[in-house]
Amino acid sequence: MLSFAETLRSAAASIRGHGLRSGLTALGLVVGVASVIAVVAIVQGLSHRIKEGFAGLGANSLTVKSYTRFEDKLQGRENRIGTADLDELVLRLDGVRDVSPVLPVFGPFGAEVRLAGKTAHTRVFATTPVYQYTRQNFPAQGRFITEADEKHRRRVAVVGAKLLDDLDATAAPIGKFVEIGGEWFKIVGVMEERGELFGISQDDFVLMPFATGLALLPDQVEPDIGITFNVEDVEKLDEVRDRATTLLRRKHGIKAGRENDFKVETAEQLTDSFASLFDTVTFVFAAIVGISMLVGGIGVMNMMLVSVTERTREIGIRKALGAKKRDILAQFLIEAVLLTTIGGAIGIGVGYALGYGAAQLIPSFPPAVLPWWATVAAFGFSAGVGIAFGIAPAARAAALDPMAALRNE
Amino acid sequence: MSAPAINAILTLEAVEKTFHVAGEPVHALRGVDLEVTRGEYAAIIGPSGSGKSTLMNVLGCLERPSAGRYAIDGVDAAALDDDALADLRNRRIGFVFQDFHLLPRASALDNVMLPLLYRGGSRRAHRESAQTALADVGLADRESHLPMQLSGGQRQRVAIARALVGNPAILLADEPTGNLDAATARDIMDLFDRLNVRGHTIVLVTHDASIARRCRRTIRLADGRVVDDAPSTEAALRDAGSLQIAGRAC
Ligand SMILES: Nc1ncnc2c1ncn2[C@@H]1O[C@H](COP(=O)(O)OP(=O)(O)O)[C@@H](O)[C@H]1O
Ligand SMILES: [Mg+2]
Repeated sequence: MLSFAETLRSAAASIRGHGLRSGLTALGLVVGVASVIAVVAIVQGLSHRIKEGFAGLGANSLTVKSYTRFEDKLQGRENRIGTADLDELVLRLDGVRDVSPVLPVFGPFGAEVRLAGKTAHTRVFATTPVYQYTRQNFPAQGRFITEADEKHRRRVAVVGAKLLDDLDATAAPIGKFVEIGGEWFKIVGVMEERGELFGISQDDFVLMPFATGLALLPDQVEPDIGITFNVEDVEKLDEVRDRATTLLRRKHGIKAGRENDFKVETAEQLTDSFASLFDTVTFVFAAIVGISMLVGGIGVMNMMLVSVTERTREIGIRKALGAKKRDILAQFLIEAVLLTTIGGAIGIGVGYALGYGAAQLIPSFPPAVLPWWATVAAFGFSAGVGIAFGIAPAARAAALDPMAALRNE
Repeated sequence: MSAPAINAILTLEAVEKTFHVAGEPVHALRGVDLEVTRGEYAAIIGPSGSGKSTLMNVLGCLERPSAGRYAIDGVDAAALDDDALADLRNRRIGFVFQDFHLLPRASALDNVMLPLLYRGGSRRAHRESAQTALADVGLADRESHLPMQLSGGQRQRVAIARALVGNPAILLADEPTGNLDAATARDIMDLFDRLNVRGHTIVLVTHDASIARRCRRTIRLADGRVVDDAPSTEAALRDAGSLQIAGRAC
């Protein structure tokens, strides 16, 4: 029995001996693997960035939001989470801390902000002092909203770095006055930068005291707020979620069997909804390109069949000198697998370079991330293609009769 | 049939080989009895198509007989499966072909090493034996040459080194000089002579009478049968001078 090292050496020699043909044969596979890897790297880069973005919301945080079924929305109905709900949770929900409301004061689309003749559009939220702990995001300059601000409904604003930049007010912003949706506020703090998420800045916002925000609402409008809080013991997350759900259902008078008019979500669920979207994209692309790799595999099989025919005499010589069936089988199988894994390895390299390059070229696009499982899968798949499409030609070679093979011209 | 001699290496009893070409049977061997003992130097002669190559292929375990019994070195070849037969070829038989049958992309040394590699182990382990075998046939300085870079005579020497490297019980050669010019053929035959003097058992096919006369025994085939089997007269005459040949070889 020929040793594995010798079989490998002879396979490598044979691939080198037919350099051009081997290269062309592997090309299909290289292209297939490279496209899978490039797509996976780009999509995973995006997905990674989004997960990172939500990481500010810890694994132990829960968010309560109103939820309106699509059918109800069509009929003009809109469920709300209000201040009474906030009070209810603060009062009756045990095992939580840092409960903070978030009120989009001027609606989901934000408002115009003006400073010294400069105008920008940004999102405007009203929240309480604990918000900084809930989000684990603190002022880089100045201070955050205080209880005194709440008590006196002060017109103070804490701004994001991106907004300041847009307003050309990065130099000494504290104490400046800014007009938000027609009202004047004094800037008292600038938050730490959080960077971009999915190409969108997370530092483009302005915060004001919750009481101030409520006071600014038009008379007839009921607020619809989000409530975020941290669970003290992560182990009890589900318990707390159930308890919060029970409290709010009772508060909203929802009868048994009826659907919730709100949602209680973990940060992970928020992340997962994005992640699963990207996983679907990844999977679909991988499947499409998987088919192209099968085509590459057929190319490999074709070449191996040609190679077996061409080398019939060599097989005859080897058998005459004592090669057993499994020696010949291993020789051709390892040759096919070596060819496809080399093709796969090159494909992984090229694909990562493509994905990385593309991510670099597109401005504000997150860098490509190549997860280890994609590398392992691409490599394994390449080897698998070699085995699947190399086995038939190898078996044909192994079955040759030595004398018949030697007589072959 | 008489019991095989104690030191018989090859024993054939009533061996037949029939090919089928387009449904028609072609009887290449029609019942061959033969015994070759250790140290023999035998030539198989006969007209073209008489079954010489077929006989050699059966002797070399490259082909299974259609009928009859064949034992090599005490092993009944018919009882062996393909892989065991491959092992038998690898360990007990050295085969030299008319058209060399070297691997074109492998160096002389790698070609010679090949049978040893099929026994397992690394090339490091077998390198020395292969080098010795190449030196034995006078090609110590051609180790790294490809077959393409060697003359016909040199190629056949590489093939002979490859046949000898595994220390086989018997050396079989089917018209080893058939593709060589007269002078080169003489060189190769000198090599066979020396190998026999050194104790190698050799059976070779030739249709060159002068070559046959150098051997000790001549087996004549006709139409798939052994029609004559006798000590080569000239070889017998030369026996007296064998000491001198041995001296030249060593
Ligand atoms: N593989 C084969 N298929 C069919 N017929 C064959 C085959 N090999 C040999 N023969 C036939 O068997 C006979 C003997 O051939 P062979 O042993 O090659 O003779 P020699 O070597 O003495 O010239 C010939 O008639 C030849 O045509
Ligand atoms: Mg012949």
